[in-house]
Amino acid sequence: MSLLVDILLVFQRHLRISMRNPLWIIIGLSQPVAFLVLYGPLMTSTLSITGVAPERAWQTYVPGVLVQLCLFGSAFVGFGVIAEWRGGVIERLRVTPVSRVALLLGRVLRDVALLVVQAVLLVVVALPLGLRASVPGVLVALGVVTLLSLGLACLSCALALTVKSEDTLGPTLNTGLMPLLLLSGVLLPMSFAPRWLDLVSRLTPFRYIVDGMRSAFQGEVFSATVLSTVLVALSISVLSVLLGVRTYLRQSA
Amino acid sequence: MSIIEANELTRTFRSGRQSVAAVRGVNLRVEAGEIVGFLGPNGAGKTTTLRMLTTLLRPTSGTARIAGADLATAPREVRRRIGYVAQYGGTDPNALVDEELFLQARLYRIPAAPARRRVAELLEQLDLGGLDKRPVGSLSGGQRRRLDIALGLVHDPQVVFLDEPTAGLDPHSRNNLWEHTRRLREDHGTTVFLTTHYLDEADALCDRILVIDHGRIVAEDTPANLKRQLAADVLTVEVVGDPAAGQRLLAGLPGVRQATVTSTGGIQVTLADAEQGITDVITALSGAGIGVRALQLARASLDDVFLSLTGRELRDDPQDRQSPIPTTEGADHVPAR
Repeated sequence: MSLLVDILLVFQRHLRISMRNPLWIIIGLSQPVAFLVLYGPLMTSTLSITGVAPERAWQTYVPGVLVQLCLFGSAFVGFGVIAEWRGGVIERLRVTPVSRVALLLGRVLRDVALLVVQAVLLVVVALPLGLRASVPGVLVALGVVTLLSLGLACLSCALALTVKSEDTLGPTLNTGLMPLLLLSGVLLPMSFAPRWLDLVSRLTPFRYIVDGMRSAFQGEVFSATVLSTVLVALSISVLSVLLGVRTYLRQSA
Repeated sequence: MSIIEANELTRTFRSGRQSVAAVRGVNLRVEAGEIVGFLGPNGAGKTTTLRMLTTLLRPTSGTARIAGADLATAPREVRRRIGYVAQYGGTDPNALVDEELFLQARLYRIPAAPARRRVAELLEQLDLGGLDKRPVGSLSGGQRRRLDIALGLVHDPQVVFLDEPTAGLDPHSRNNLWEHTRRLREDHGTTVFLTTHYLDEADALCDRILVIDHGRIVAEDTPANLKRQLAADVLTVEVVGDPAAGQRLLAGLPGVRQATVTSTGGIQVTLADAEQGITDVITALSGAGIGVRALQLARASLDDVFLSLTGRELRDDPQDRQSPIPTTEGADHVPAR
């Protein structure tokens, strides 16, 4: 009970500080729109050259953008954590009886909330552009986005508190994320890939996430593909939260 | 029972294959209601000890009880009973003053309504009235420091730890903060444990001083006693006529440790205690018919004490923490270090 109160207090604090920053809101809301308007038409017409119907093209593109948003949106949460650590904020909070877990989860939930809002906005803006998707499918996809961003944000916080330097965190994240992003099939479906690349991509978790979300958008909510997506997202989430909690519980962090 | 009690606290850091003993067995006692200054040159183990006492760092060995709670077995209980004001405060420049205070009170499990009352009370107590809706980043250095201290006091702790409370503040703000610290003890009986780089601060504010060097406490006493034991008052006398006769006379006086003739023809007299000694010197000289033209007294300072204890000046290098540097936002108000 007191853990929930703590989480809520920490969450409210971060949300309030962010809401006071108009830039945060403007960037947060314009990002998904930019993805759709500036890149969507290019992507869908490329896909239609290969024979994919325009409707299908949006069903392929939007889930990909959702995953990309998720990856980058939550991965960079750690930068804020380093700034707070440097300003002594984390130390100040650690001397109070607040739960260490709440310091992590309350902070991360703000970013999860932002990502969910961005994801919903992305889907809504895509509708007039030509997206047709199954409602339960979209809901499942949003669930996956939530789990994934929770996990990745925790991971980012854990990494940030371990390296404690933006100069290390930035390159580490870029090096880690770029191959994962390329191999996930976010930009173009992996069905176009040569066999070896397709095989390599099956070794990375985000491949399953992207495939499953595309299936869900097409209405195959109860398929094995979607189920494995949910399982992968859930495992990423649970493992990352545990790792994050462990880092926050360590005394010297 | 002492309110802070540490027995053989040690902390060893591992860096690569080497292990470095930052604190090598600290024993200390602080009684309730004391204002104690914790001094030491950089790298002496001061920050490490403070971080251990405030539950931020687990000791490698040793035990401590703070406000009756055991540091190793009940760190949460210790946190509930102490207030800690870190060197860099730890407020978010974009948060509002009352928001930060309210959050802090809630984190100490104070219900919302009393928390709101407590915030109002603290704003008043620390002269922050009218600043409640201001973003922290817009406060002056002194205001921000008072906010930091208010944050450490929301739950009315029995002991408050202040890490370099006046670093980078202008003299007016420093005096003001000293006043607040004294009042804290007078009005609330709060015990204050503070570190400082300013020896005049330790002298003016603290009942007792602990000096740490090479990971151990090397001296602890009142500022007056430390000065008496470890430093001396130096009186320079210019006499009419031959200084050598005066020098011979003064060297034989009780209470005079040493008397020498300076290159400018004055007599430099080292006194154990100037308050007594100065009268004796003048009486002796006039009794011997030696006229005094001028007198100059240099009182013992804690700087001398520090130098004689550690062989170092206290402020050789102000960078002694590996961790936080001030945030860039609101840089004007952040202590320049």
